[in-house]
Amino acid sequence: MALTTYVEAIRQGIWEEMERDESVFVLGEDVGLYGGAFKVTDGLLEKFGELRVVDTPISESGIVGAAIGAALMGMRPVAEMQFADFIACGFDQITNFAAKCRYRWGAPVPMVIRGPSGGGVHGGPFHSQNPEMYFVHTPGLKVVCPSTAYDAKGLIKSAIRDNDPVLYFEHKYLYRRIKEELPSEDFTVPIGKAIIRRKGRDISVITYGAMVYIALDAAKELAKEGIELEVLDLRSLLPYDREAVLESAKKTSKVILLHEDTKIGGFAGELAALISEEAFDYLDGPIRRITAPDTPVPYSPPLEEFFLPKVSDVVRVARELHAY
Amino acid sequence: MNLKTVNSPPLGNQRSEVPPTETQVRILYYLKLTRELEDRIERKLYRQGKIVGGVYVGRGQEAIAIGSCIDLRPDDVVCPSHRDMGAYLLKGMDLRTILAQYMGRKTGPTKGKDANLHMGSLDHNIIAFISMLGDSVPVAAGIGLSFKMRGQDRVVICPFGDGATSRGDWHEGVNMASVFKCPVVYLCNNNQYAYSTPLERQMAVENVADRAAAYGMPGEIVDGNDVLAVWEASRRAIARARAGEGPSLIECKTFRMTGHSAHDDASYVPPELFQFWEERDPIRRLERNLLKRGVMTADAIDEMQQRINSEIDEAIQQAEQDPYPEPGDCLRDVYDES
Repeated sequence: MALTTYVEAIRQGIWEEMERDESVFVLGEDVGLYGGAFKVTDGLLEKFGELRVVDTPISESGIVGAAIGAALMGMRPVAEMQFADFIACGFDQITNFAAKCRYRWGAPVPMVIRGPSGGGVHGGPFHSQNPEMYFVHTPGLKVVCPSTAYDAKGLIKSAIRDNDPVLYFEHKYLYRRIKEELPSEDFTVPIGKAIIRRKGRDISVITYGAMVYIALDAAKELAKEGIELEVLDLRSLLPYDREAVLESAKKTSKVILLHEDTKIGGFAGELAALISEEAFDYLDGPIRRITAPDTPVPYSPPLEEFFLPKVSDVVRVARELHAY
Repeated sequence: MNLKTVNSPPLGNQRSEVPPTETQVRILYYLKLTRELEDRIERKLYRQGKIVGGVYVGRGQEAIAIGSCIDLRPDDVVCPSHRDMGAYLLKGMDLRTILAQYMGRKTGPTKGKDANLHMGSLDHNIIAFISMLGDSVPVAAGIGLSFKMRGQDRVVICPFGDGATSRGDWHEGVNMASVFKCPVVYLCNNNQYAYSTPLERQMAVENVADRAAAYGMPGEIVDGNDVLAVWEASRRAIARARAGEGPSLIECKTFRMTGHSAHDDASYVPPELFQFWEERDPIRRLERNLLKRGVMTADAIDEMQQRINSEIDEAIQQAEQDPYPEPGDCLRDVYDES
């Protein structure tokens, strides 16, 4: 069976949902005729026509606002931010309008906003960011960050079927580097459920997105010296799988929190607080964070290399923690 | 102060159409109902402490929501703003529910989660606006877009003030609606002040309607204190939208006869402006018109006022007896709980 890339998995997920439910449509910049800057929506225009594949002006706030309006009328829009960085332009519509409709007046906004996030492709400060935490701090939204082709497809389907606004951050570094065999039948991945990518007894590495692969590579290396990492992929940040986090922390008693996002206000802070509140007695060492430094994402290769968390960082911290 | 420089309404509206007389009587009823309801809210319930937080009324501007929405179908949608009480009433939200909302009761459309006119109801096709004014403008475009996708001949009316037209969302929204030919009527109540900021500090064009040209849509200026003029312009714009010809922008010149909110004494507004616009009060204008043409008698108008008073009395009594939400309801309805 053919292998499916991460980017193709997202495309298939949207395609199948559009076939299944005619209230699903996509809108965004260059999503139709051009098929999307990363080709996530390639071929949709020919298949579904321009009423359901809407090329928009360069108006992120307008795109989100229009998606909200359509969603309030019972449509299920999938809005693309050409780069996740550009979501900043739609911040107000997302956090003030979409996120609060149900709470304020019981109106569902079944909308997906998706876009490529993350670095490693020399995109510089405005094509590499990880903006998830702006939204994790907004009750009423859901936030997912798939790391595999299976999850990319399963989570885009869950996001489209969800009755609340879901932000779907796809990691652009993984688009064509990750591929796997996917089931031919319909499947979904539930929002809010983590998954263990590698079982291990010594140290839990709790992570998401492209950093899952950094953790797995570090685990391979450390296994050679007898240190067994457990790699927990969160998959969803809001809501997140508290039980899975606590279970893994209690099992290994040592925790590394790893993300590509910057440190202050990053998701690791929330996880560290949860673990110390709920599993303090189980810990045999300090909770360690490995994150990008608190800077913008730089462009030049040596700078970006420095910025991104690396396998060697995880190996070093794991050795320290193991010896603790 | 030269009153001409403060955006006075166009003189001598040439009307080719007027609504049927029964509609004119309905219009008067809703104008008076809106005025009385907002007077009670601002001058009585708020001052008595029965309504807390911010209160914003549309005194003097009632003709705009009512003239534009009086002929809407139940399936048409309104995205009102904070001076558009009449739109809620015309779309069928009842007085008790509205008052329960203002008094933070569980029976209001937001169950106490939000205040004043920050309410909506999908059953009534009213979209709840948010405090970031202008945000409803692209939302209205998206609602209109959904009608196009489904082949429905519904329309959206989206009112806002002059201040909202300075926001980026406003420009993104009208542009998008025009590019997609969405069935939206954008309706500006240009009341010449955004909080304390006068129009000339808000924009360097003379009229909000001038902005329409930049988006390739018709822009029309009407006397916003002449409800029949608002009705006529809206009727054209609604017909255009329903026919699939795209959005329009109607600028209704009016004046805010209060402060921005109940706690603002509007001392920054020259008194002669209030006097100028008081003489153009939309309700008294329509009353004079109906009396002159023999559509209604003075007694009938008095009777209408009495009826309105007792309807509101009754609704206030009911709403005051309605329960507050339980404190723990704070945690409900953040996400779908079904």
